[in-house]
Amino acid sequence: MTAKTPRAAGARRSQQDPAWVRWTLTAAALLTVGVLVGVPVVNVFYEALKEGLGTYVQNLFFDPDTRQAIVLTLTVVPIALAANIIFGVVAAWAIARFRFPGRSLLTALIDLPFSVSPVVAGLMFVLIFGLQGYLGPFLRRDGYAVMPYLISLLGVLVLSGVYVFLRPKQPKATLVRWRHPFLVVSVGSVAVFAVLFALQQHFAVWPKNASLKIIFNTPGLVLATAFVTFPFVARELIPVMEAIGADEDLAAVSLGATGWQMFWDVTVPNIKWGLVYGIILCNARAMGEFGAVYVVSGHIAGQTDTMPLRIEKLFQEYNLPGSFAVASLLTLLAILTLIAKTKLETKVPSLANLSRKRPAVGEAAKS
Amino acid sequence: MASVNRRVLPGFSLTLGYTVFYLSILVLLPIVACFLKAGSLSFHEFWHAVWTERARAAYLLTFGAAFAAAVANVILGLLLAWVLVRYSFPGRKVVDSLVDLPLALPTAVGGLVYASLYVEKGWLGRFLVPLGIKAAYSRLGIVLVLIFVGLPFVVRTVQPVLEDLDPEFEDAGASLGGTRWQTFRNIIFPTVRPALVTGFALALARGIGEYGSVVFISGNMPYKTEIAPILIVARLEEFAYGEATAIAVVLLVVSFSMLLLINVLERWTVRHDR
Amino acid sequence: MSIVVKEVSKTFGRFVALDKVSLEVPEGTLVALLGPSGSGKTTLLRIIAGLELPDSGTVLHQDVDITHQSARDRKVGFVFQHYALFRHMTVAENIGYGLRVRKAPKAKIRARVGELLRLIRLEGLEDRYPGQLSGGQRQRVALARALAAEPSVLLLDEPFGALDAKVRQELRQWLRKLHQEINVTSVFVTHDQEEAFEVADHVVVMNHGKIEQIGTPAEVFEHPANAFVMDFLGNVNVFPGRLESGKAVVSGLEVDYPSYTHAEAQDTVAYVRPHELVLQNQRESDASIQARVLHVNPTGSRIKVELRVLDSDQVINAELTTERFTELALRTGDVVYVSPSRVRIFTADYSI
Repeated sequence: MTAKTPRAAGARRSQQDPAWVRWTLTAAALLTVGVLVGVPVVNVFYEALKEGLGTYVQNLFFDPDTRQAIVLTLTVVPIALAANIIFGVVAAWAIARFRFPGRSLLTALIDLPFSVSPVVAGLMFVLIFGLQGYLGPFLRRDGYAVMPYLISLLGVLVLSGVYVFLRPKQPKATLVRWRHPFLVVSVGSVAVFAVLFALQQHFAVWPKNASLKIIFNTPGLVLATAFVTFPFVARELIPVMEAIGADEDLAAVSLGATGWQMFWDVTVPNIKWGLVYGIILCNARAMGEFGAVYVVSGHIAGQTDTMPLRIEKLFQEYNLPGSFAVASLLTLLAILTLIAKTKLETKVPSLANLSRKRPAVGEAAKS
Repeated sequence: MASVNRRVLPGFSLTLGYTVFYLSILVLLPIVACFLKAGSLSFHEFWHAVWTERARAAYLLTFGAAFAAAVANVILGLLLAWVLVRYSFPGRKVVDSLVDLPLALPTAVGGLVYASLYVEKGWLGRFLVPLGIKAAYSRLGIVLVLIFVGLPFVVRTVQPVLEDLDPEFEDAGASLGGTRWQTFRNIIFPTVRPALVTGFALALARGIGEYGSVVFISGNMPYKTEIAPILIVARLEEFAYGEATAIAVVLLVVSFSMLLLINVLERWTVRHDR
Repeated sequence: MSIVVKEVSKTFGRFVALDKVSLEVPEGTLVALLGPSGSGKTTLLRIIAGLELPDSGTVLHQDVDITHQSARDRKVGFVFQHYALFRHMTVAENIGYGLRVRKAPKAKIRARVGELLRLIRLEGLEDRYPGQLSGGQRQRVALARALAAEPSVLLLDEPFGALDAKVRQELRQWLRKLHQEINVTSVFVTHDQEEAFEVADHVVVMNHGKIEQIGTPAEVFEHPANAFVMDFLGNVNVFPGRLESGKAVVSGLEVDYPSYTHAEAQDTVAYVRPHELVLQNQRESDASIQARVLHVNPTGSRIKVELRVLDSDQVINAELTTERFTELALRTGDVVYVSPSRVRIFTADYSI
C-alpha cells in the first residue's frame, strides 16, 4: 500500500503550497513518523543488544523457556496458517465464482474476526473447551473418546473427496462403481466410517478416560490463532479472483479439464501472487497474536507461552534484555514482512488497490 | 463473466459446503457459546456484572482513549497522507513503508517498546517526565499506544483520495481568486472528508479492541488505567466466567455496531465520490 | 456433427434471454448468429457449448441429447470473446492444453501443436506468452487451441469484436478459408451484419430472444421476413403510408398491393433500400416525389446521396452507381425526382 509517485510533485502542478508550508509540514510528518514508529524500532534493537551480543544470544537460545516459546510459535503458526490457506482458497472459489443466496452474509461472516476483540475471541474458546466450559467436563473425563469419531469422519471425507475428484466421467465410465456416485458415496461412507472406527477401538489407539486438554494446551493455541487470522487469505483472494475473472477457468473446462486439473493448471498460477500476499499478512498476524492466545494459554512458561506471551512474561519478571531479545526477533519479522509486502506491491500493483477496496475493517481489534 | 451457472464451473457444493462448515465451527459456534453463556445469567446478574463502578471506569477509558487516539490519528493521518502524496523528499518511500509497520508489528512488541521509551529513564521519557508528561503507566500512555496502532488506518484511507484528486479543481479554485488556505478548506477538504470519517471509524474500532500493547504501558490499575479487555481477563482469572462473558458481550455488541457503521460509511463515501 | 436446438428457453432473473428457440445447423456448415445486443445470440451459443444450462428445451449433437452434459464432455471447441488464453502458459502450452488434459502422449501433442501453428501461420512464436502477442495473433492462438482436440463443433463468441478494422477484415477471410479446409460445423456470434454476410453460409437473425429469420445472406437481405430483419440488415428508408383495398399509398405514390383485401384502410410503413431508389432530373412519371439533395458521399464504388423530401421534410438515403451519378450531374441543393423501384411492406397475418 505504498503511495504512487506524487503526480506532478512540484514540476507540473501549478498550484503549489508555499515553500515554508511544505517544509513545515514535511518536518512535522517526519517527526510524527520518527517518534511514533522509527524511534521504537531502533529502541527495540538497542535494548536487545544493550548488554552485548553474548547476552543477546544467551537470552534467545540458551534460555530453555524462551527456546520453547520460539518452538511453540513455530509449531502453532504453520498449522493455523495451513488451515487458513485451505479455507481461504476454498472460500474464495465459492464466493468469487458463484452467485447464491446468502453470499453477502457469508462474506460478512468472513470479516467477523476482525471486529471481535482478541480477548473476547480467546474467551469464547475457553467457554467451550475450558474446564468450566461447555465441553470441559467431558474433555477432562474422557476427552479422547471423541477422537475415533473425528478420525473416522476425516477418513470418510478424504476418501469421498478422492473418489469424487478422480473418478472417470461419462464416456469412459463403464464399471458400476463409477456410474452411481451418490450410491457409492453413501454406502462407502458408512462402510469406511465403521471400519476405521472399529480399527481404532481394536488397536486402542486412543487412551481411555484420559483428559484431552485443549485450553491451556497447544490445540487451544492453534484454534485461537486460526480464529483471529483466518480472514486474511480469503479477503485477499476474493477480489483477486473476481478481478481475474472466470473466463480462463471456463476455457479450461471447455477444453476438457477436470475440476482438479483446471484448479492446478489455470486457477492457482493466476492467483499465485494474491495468495502469497495473503499468506505474508496472515503469517505476520499469526506470529504476533497476543490477546486471544493470552486467554487460552494459561501462561505455563515452557509449555504454553508463545513468543509474544514470552515477551510479556519476561517483562513481568523485569528481565528487560530478555524481553527485548525476543521482541527483536519479532520486529525483524515485521520488517521482513513489510519488505516482502512492498516488493509484491511493486510487482503486482493491483494487489494494494484490491485490498484497499475493502479497507482494513479488517485490522480493527488486532491483538 | 462472473455470474456463471453453478453447475458449469466445478466444485460449487464442495467449496460452499466446506466454507460453511469451517465458518460454523470456528466462528459461529464460539459466538453462540458466548451469547448462550451471557444469556444464562439472569438480567440482574448480567446488569450487575456489566455495570459495576469498575466496569464503568473501564468502558470510559476504553472508549475515551480510543476516541482521543482516533481524533489524533485523523490529524496526523491527514498530515502524513498529504506530505506523502504531494511532496517528494529523500526517503519518502521508506517513510511510506514505515506507516504500515503498526500493522505488521506484534502489539506486544509495540507495548513493550513504548513502555520502555516513556519511563523516566527511557529515550523519550527523560525529556518528557521533567516536563510533567508521564506517559508510561498512565492514560496518556494508552492513548499514545493507540495512536501508534491506529496510524495506518487514516493514512491509507486518505491516500487514494488525495492521489486521485484532479489538479484541475485546485487550479479552478486559484483562478477564481482564492488563497491557498481557502482552496484547501473549500475544495480539497470536502473531498477528503468522507475518507477521513471512514478512517476515523476504522481507527476507533481498532482502538476499542486493542489489548496487547495496552497491557504493557498502562500498568493495568483498576479504575485508573484498566481497559475493558483487561477487566475481562481479570474476571476470567477469578473464574467468574459469567461476568467475564457479560462484559465481552457488551464489547461484541459495540464492535458489531461499529462494523455496521463502517460499512454504511463506506457506502456513503462511494456515493459521494460520484 | 450437426446441431439441433429444440425449444430452448433461458431466463436470467427477470430477463428472458431465449424464448423457445429452435435451430438446426447442418453438418459442416458455417452459421452466423446475428443480432443486436440482448438478442440472446451469445446465450444460445453458450448453451450449445455447455457453458450455460437451458431452463427448458433440448440440445442435440448429431442426434445425441447432450442437454445435460457438461462442457467438458461435449466435443466442442469454444473461442471466447476476449480469447481467455492462459496467461501463464506459452502459446504452445495453450494450444496443447486440450490434448494434455486428455492425457495424450507428449509426442502427439507436439506434433499437433506444430501442425496448428503452421495452420495459423504463427510458427516460431510457440514460446511466447499471450501478453507478448498482438490482438490478431491472440485470436488465432485461441482458435488453434479450440481446434487442437479435433472438436466436432467449433463455436466462436464475437471472435473479431476487439480488433481493428483491417485485422478484422483479414481474419474474416482467413476464417472463411479455414472453414473450407477443415469443414467442421461452426457457429459464430456477431452483431456486425457485414461480417456475418462475408463469412457465413447461413445467417440466423435474432432479436429479443427469438429467431426472426434463417437463410443464406442473399435470402435474408433480398427477402426479409419482417420489418426487423429488413431494418437490421443494411440501410433502409422508412416511409409512412396507408393500405387501402388492393393498393398502398406511400408518400403520395400509389402501388399495387393485391394481398391487402380488407375494406378498411390502415396505416402502414414501407421500406425501400437506398439502391432501390431511382433518381431523375425531370419528372418522368407520376409516381415520383420531389427531394432536394443535402449531401453527397462518394465512398467506394457507389455514391451515397442524402436527400430531403420536399413535402414531408423527411431525410432519405439513396445509393447510385458512379455512372448514374455522373449522368445526373447532381450537386448539393439540386431538386430531383425520386421513385422506388421496389417497396416492401410487412403486415401482420390476420389469419389465425
